[in-house]
Parts: sequence; structure tokens; C-alpha cells
Amino acid sequence: MLTLTNIYKTFNPNTVNEKLVLNGLNLELNDGDFVSVIGGNGAGKSTMLNMIAGVHFPDEGSIVLDHEDITKFPEHIRAKYLGRVFQDPMMGTAANMEIEENLALAYRRGKKRGLGWGITKEERALYIEKLKMLDLGLESRLSSKVGLLSGGQRQALTLLMATLKQPKLLLLDEHTAALDPKTANKVLELSDQIIKENSLTAMMVTHNMKNAIQYGNRLIMMYDGIIIFDVSGEAKRNLHVSDLLEKFEQASGGEFANDRMILS
Amino acid sequence: MSSILLSLFGAASQGLTWAILALGVYITFRILDIPDMSCEGSFALGGSISSFIMVSLNWNPFITLLIATFFGMIAGLVTGFLHTKLKIPAILAGILTMVGLYSINLRIMGQANTALLGKDTIITFVQNLLPSAEMLGIKNSVLQTTATILVGLIFTGIVISFLYWFFGTEVGCCIRATGNNPAMVRAQGVNTDKMKIFGLILGNALVALSGALVTQNQGYADVGMGIGAIVIALASIVIGEVIFSRAKNFAHKLIAIVLGSIIYRLIIALVLQMGLDANDLKLLTACVVALALSIPVLKKTTAYIMISITLKKIANAIQIKFTVKRGRK
Repeated sequence: MLTLTNIYKTFNPNTVNEKLVLNGLNLELNDGDFVSVIGGNGAGKSTMLNMIAGVHFPDEGSIVLDHEDITKFPEHIRAKYLGRVFQDPMMGTAANMEIEENLALAYRRGKKRGLGWGITKEERALYIEKLKMLDLGLESRLSSKVGLLSGGQRQALTLLMATLKQPKLLLLDEHTAALDPKTANKVLELSDQIIKENSLTAMMVTHNMKNAIQYGNRLIMMYDGIIIFDVSGEAKRNLHVSDLLEKFEQASGGEFANDRMILS
Repeated sequence: MSSILLSLFGAASQGLTWAILALGVYITFRILDIPDMSCEGSFALGGSISSFIMVSLNWNPFITLLIATFFGMIAGLVTGFLHTKLKIPAILAGILTMVGLYSINLRIMGQANTALLGKDTIITFVQNLLPSAEMLGIKNSVLQTTATILVGLIFTGIVISFLYWFFGTEVGCCIRATGNNPAMVRAQGVNTDKMKIFGLILGNALVALSGALVTQNQGYADVGMGIGAIVIALASIVIGEVIFSRAKNFAHKLIAIVLGSIIYRLIIALVLQMGLDANDLKLLTACVVALALSIPVLKKTTAYIMISITLKKIANAIQIKFTVKRGRK
């Protein structure tokens, strides 16, 4: 359903900071895939997601989503197909606005905004019902400012916003990296639950190998702007962290995985 | 004594006509988070257009207000275009529009200022609807001030109702969110460039309307009338926000700004009465705004914390004394 073909991207070309981030990336996603994406820092994981979301545009190559070439679509146009959760809990919500106002913005993703009321009564009932599913007590705080919520609550809310209108593809960019381990697990569980319930296609970037193995039906490992390892189904279920480290060593020519990956 | 009261009354009426300027700047500065300098140009633009049409074309003063508002929208559109499409930093985009408007305003009026001598303005129109000064037994100037206050109340009322409605709509919510977190708004499928342009158009429209109203109130337009307008607007905003910090509802916040504008004019009238040179006014205003905007930083300094702790202790002590006294009774 998503096809990335020969994607190249260089940041700061012709300067001392020139960096080739994506080096002829190819990827084919099937309907209902839940892919965890791992790789060292600078491997191009986040850039790949940002490329799909339209934050950056590829120098070369094409992005096709559901038979539609979206390579040149600006970010706000393709937003109607995508749900996104960011690494920074501040990124996904508007802090000075109420919980229900944030949800209302998300509920209208991909629709034309007019001069109708920003929130209607019927919507509120829907929001309360959805917030109850999060089990964080947010359903009684509809008119609280989002800035008052904790990082975990904000990420859970962003996740809900990203899936309130069923997206064709859900992009999770290290969405638990800024949370404490307990909250991170809760948000991960929640993501898994929402993806399963709505049978969404999703990509999740993570630095945590255990999580990468535990969640999803497919795992890809990136190194230097290409995919070096792609495994799914039975083979993925039988993976161990040691297998991944070995793969990583092979690819990087003995150079060892960074500390964060070993520690986690 | 009565002269002080009169000048305060006049100050209040001025505050109401200038309040719409503060509301316009509030949209760009607070809601959109853009320091929009073009408002200095569009304020004088409103005045120039209104006075030109009234003097040269003899049109109805009401209609000149609408036309002034419309041209303010165009000024906002230009700034928005420069900022979003041509990627010029917001503050510079505003300055470019402001500087360009200076020449345009001179072109419109054909001179540096235009007097509305003997012309019917919106103020005289309302004044004629009221009973005459002799019948009420008051001075003519008092009646004129009353008329100005009525006009000011009507227009600020209309503007506040409009803004309250507009920022509750889908587009209005998107504009508010754009000032808050543009990345999130784009992720929800909204063109943030468009929202910024809408906000700048709306803000400058109100600023131009205010310029036209002020011109009709003071009886002339001057090409330099916009100088310092943004600082005056910011002063009104911060005074309103500090004094009415409890206002949480959007409508209450807007009303707080209008009251802030009135209070600002009252303060000015008072310091002038106390003998401040009128030439020093802008410096005073600039200092007040600089101080008010630095409150978040000042709050973190030890001096501020010490003072606030001492004040609280004193307040507590007074309260204890008071309750003890009451207890004895």
C-alpha cells in the first residue's frame, strides 16, 4: 500500500555539513503491516518517516500511497492520509488549547475548514467515549488546557488524535523515547491496542530492540540510509536481541551498536 | 477639579476608539505569535483613506470606515504574502509593509495631514441623535465626549462579538492552533501559511478601522499618526492582562484589553495633569511595555521573590490581627 522507490536525500548539500541521509531507499509496505524500524543514530529512520509525512522532500525517488503518487504533495495535503505521533510530547498537541479543541482539530483532519462551529455537541460525546478508552481520567477534563497534562498523557492524547480519523498509515516516530519506562510501556500497549482494534497499517521507529521485537508483525533495520535487514511473520517472532546486535555488527563492519541500544 | 474629571472622561472615550487597535494587535501578537509592525502603517492608512474619502469625495462617514477596513485587509494580505510565501522573517515583512504604506498614505492624502473641518463624522452623527447640550444643561464638549463613548462602545461591542464568534469556528480554531504549534496544525491537514495570512488580514483590518475611528474622533488624519501604535496597543494589552489576569474566557480576555486601553488613556491623562511633558509620553509608554513584557523574567529574580514573600507575610500578619480583633468582639 506504501511504496518507497529509490529515495535519495542529502541535507545541506555543497557545505561542510553535507550529509547523505537516505541512500537509495526502497520499501514496500503491505496492508495491515505493523513495522518496527530500528537502527543507529543517523541511520535515516526519522528522515524516512518525515519524507513520508512531507516534512522533507526527496532529492530523487518516489513515494506512492495506495496507488497515488504523493511525492510532491505538501505536508498539509497528505496529512489526510496519515496519523502522526512525534518524539517530543510537545509537538503533537497545542498546549494553550483545551483537550476537546485539540481533538476537534484532529477530527477534521483532511476536511475543509469553514465557518461552522469548531466543536459540536455530538462530537463531545464521541470524545468522552474515546478518552475513556485511554483510561487516564481525561474524559472528565475535556476543557482543561493540554499544557497541564503530563508527557505520557499528552502522547496518549496525540495517539488518539492521530487515529480519531482512521488514517491509511500511522507514523510513530520514537513516540515513547521521552517518557519514563513505565509510562512508555503504557503508551506502547495503547498504540498496539489501537492499531489492532482498527487494523491500521503502522510504522514505529524505536531505539528499544526488545520493543521492536515484541510489537508488530515486521521489523526493518536501517543503516546508512538503506534497509539492511527486513524480517516478518514467524521469523520475526523468533528473533532475539542478540540476533539483531549480530546483524548490526555485520552491517557496520564490526563497529558496535551504540550504548542506548545495548542498554535497552 | 471638574477639569480633571473632564479630562478623565475624555481619556475614557479615547481609550474606547483606540481599543480596536489593541484588539487587532492582540490577534497578531498574542494569538498568531507574530510581532506585526505593519499595524503602524495600516493605522495611518485607515485614517488617510477615511479622511480623503470624506473630504474629497464627500462620502458618508460610515462607508469610509468600511473602505478603510477593507484596505487594512489588503495591507495585512501583503505582509502575510511577504512572510509566508516569500519567507521573509515576520518582523521584517511587517516593517516593509509599514514603510511602503508611509508613501502610500502620503499619496492618498496628497499632503502630510488632512483636517475634517466642517465635515460630518460618525461622532457628530451620533451627537445629532442625542438631545442638544442646552436641553441637557451640559457643555457641548461633554456631549461630544458622550457621543464618542457611545460610538466606541458600539464598535468595540461589534468587534468583540465578531471575534468571539470567529475564533470559535473551525477556521478560527485553526488560526489559534497555528500560533500555538504550527507543526501540529500541519499534521492535522491545515495549511498554516493560509492561517497566518488570515490572521494578519483580520488584525490589520481592525487596526485600520481603529485608525479611521480615531481620525474621525480627533478631526484630522496625519501621516505620522501610526508611529508607536504597536507600543500603545501592547501597553493596552499588557495592562489589561495584568489587571484582569483572572479572565480565562476568551470574551473576558477581549473585554480586559478594551479596559486596558481605557486605563492606559486614564494613566496618560493623569501624568499629563501632573505636569509630564507630552513629548516624553512615548518614552514612558515604551518603558511601561518593556517592564510589563519582562515580568516573566523578573519574577524569577531573587529581589522579586524576596519582595513578594515579605508582602505575603505582611498581608498574613494584617489578616491575623484582623481576625483576632474580630474574635474579641
